[in-house]
Amino acid sequence: MTDPAKNPLFRFPGLKPAAWLFFVFLYAPIVVLLALAFNDNEQATIWTGFSTRWFGIVLDNADLIRAFNNSLIVATTATLLATTIATLAALGMNRARFRGQDGVNALISLPLIVPEIVTAVATLLFFIMLGFRLGLGTVILAHTVFCIPFAYLPIRARLEGMDPRLEEAAQDLYANRRQTFLRVVLPQLWPGIISGAMLAFIISLDDFVITYFVAGAGATTLPIYIFGMIRIGISPEVNAVSALMLAISIVFVAASWLVGRVRR
Amino acid sequence: MARQSGEGRRRALLIAPSILMIGLFMLVPVGIMAAISFMERGSGGGVNWGSFTTEPYLQFLFERDLDDSLLLNTDYLQIFFRSIWLAALTTALTLAVGLPTALFMALQPERRRNLLIFLVTIPFWTNLLVRNYAWILLLRNNGLIDQVLMGLGLRSEPIGVLYTTFSIAVGLAYTFMPFMVLPIYASLEKLDWRLVEAAYDLGADRWRALRRVVVPLAMPGIAAGCILVFIPCLGAFVTPELLGGGKALMIGNLIQSQFGAARNWPFGAALSMALLAAVLLAMMFYLWRYRRAPGAV
Repeated sequence: MTDPAKNPLFRFPGLKPAAWLFFVFLYAPIVVLLALAFNDNEQATIWTGFSTRWFGIVLDNADLIRAFNNSLIVATTATLLATTIATLAALGMNRARFRGQDGVNALISLPLIVPEIVTAVATLLFFIMLGFRLGLGTVILAHTVFCIPFAYLPIRARLEGMDPRLEEAAQDLYANRRQTFLRVVLPQLWPGIISGAMLAFIISLDDFVITYFVAGAGATTLPIYIFGMIRIGISPEVNAVSALMLAISIVFVAASWLVGRVRR
Repeated sequence: MARQSGEGRRRALLIAPSILMIGLFMLVPVGIMAAISFMERGSGGGVNWGSFTTEPYLQFLFERDLDDSLLLNTDYLQIFFRSIWLAALTTALTLAVGLPTALFMALQPERRRNLLIFLVTIPFWTNLLVRNYAWILLLRNNGLIDQVLMGLGLRSEPIGVLYTTFSIAVGLAYTFMPFMVLPIYASLEKLDWRLVEAAYDLGADRWRALRRVVVPLAMPGIAAGCILVFIPCLGAFVTPELLGGGKALMIGNLIQSQFGAARNWPFGAALSMALLAAVLLAMMFYLWRYRRAPGAV
């Protein structure tokens, strides 16, 4: 089949400008935000000159650093737990043919289907009913639950793409179950686990809605803190924090993209 | 046979932690929330455990008069309909922009396609609050769009669109754009372009070939995109909160206010159940209509 990209018959007028407009729409806000973070002016949207001073002011803010530390603690713990649980589930579901299999898949993807605000409310009511004290513990618990499907999907996809004959070959060569898993399955599965963990980490780090409901007074995470700042109004400080958040996300996504390329 | 059951036990053990976590901390809480939506509001603002009433659901449509008679109150219904309208508007906006973009991407050489997919996904991974904040900077009075328009002499006063339905729709469309582009792209990428050539051979012009061949073949992707945008829009909370000016404009904000200032948990639970029902209905409609179709995403 000829490459449709090279066939002049498939050149539709107007597509290129539409796509350009789309990418401008997508990136203009990000570029503007990054630029304004380096604005010297006290007025957040009026450019006067280049300065990095707002980053200094922001990084000196003890509350903000505490919120960032909380975010790191939550995201790291939730990622480790969710990725472990998801890896086990993916291995258990691999090449499975059993009754109730669809039910298991549906349950694991439940956190993706239920609206976040509903999850948040239900989890809050549950914690209150159990008499849990709201704090970092409850946040980590809630994050672990909604991170499971995000970690699960890439691991599962990786497993599906693996050649079952390699495992058979290992067993033919007298590897026992444990050796087969450690020497054959795990090394192939590793990139899937890493991208699953990265997804879970960034989802947890960015989560606002669920955290907003289940975090007690002492468990302010970075998004909760930023929300409070935005509520007060736009300011150069918010520009700088937002730019830092953007940078973290972009570095992370770029890294996970590179990991994804390596495995091919 | 023994090996079979050992295999089954091994699988069960591996799957159990996920089932337990999600079952216990997601399924059970939703069940409890369903129960609470039928309970009385506690005097201190909490829940009167073990009581039974349909009051929270009635409150959705009626309010109690002083003499205990029910009066029709459409305030909450309006918020519900506004949410549905905003979700539909956002879906239409993303489709109008997303379809040509997806088609453009599918017609690029393969190397460039992967780069474009990556570019589409980056904003999705950036923080939701940050993305919405960026739109505040752009849309506010004397914000960047105003500065550009006034600088060009196109307008003499601010356009004043921040904190309106329009700014919420823009924010939502921005947030969920990748959910529309990527599924449509996925179905267009698999498209057999010889079918379009055949349409040309049979005398169709470009527009007709697009409308009668490309769009129908991309339909599973279009449907998936619409459902993936519509559903999260319906339950949006952050965007209407930040770009809508903090008024209870959508269901998500209304639910939140029941756990904040209004302190009416049963009503908040009932609203959540209604939202969940709406989402599941939309989902089931999609599965019923498109999932069995050949080539569904």
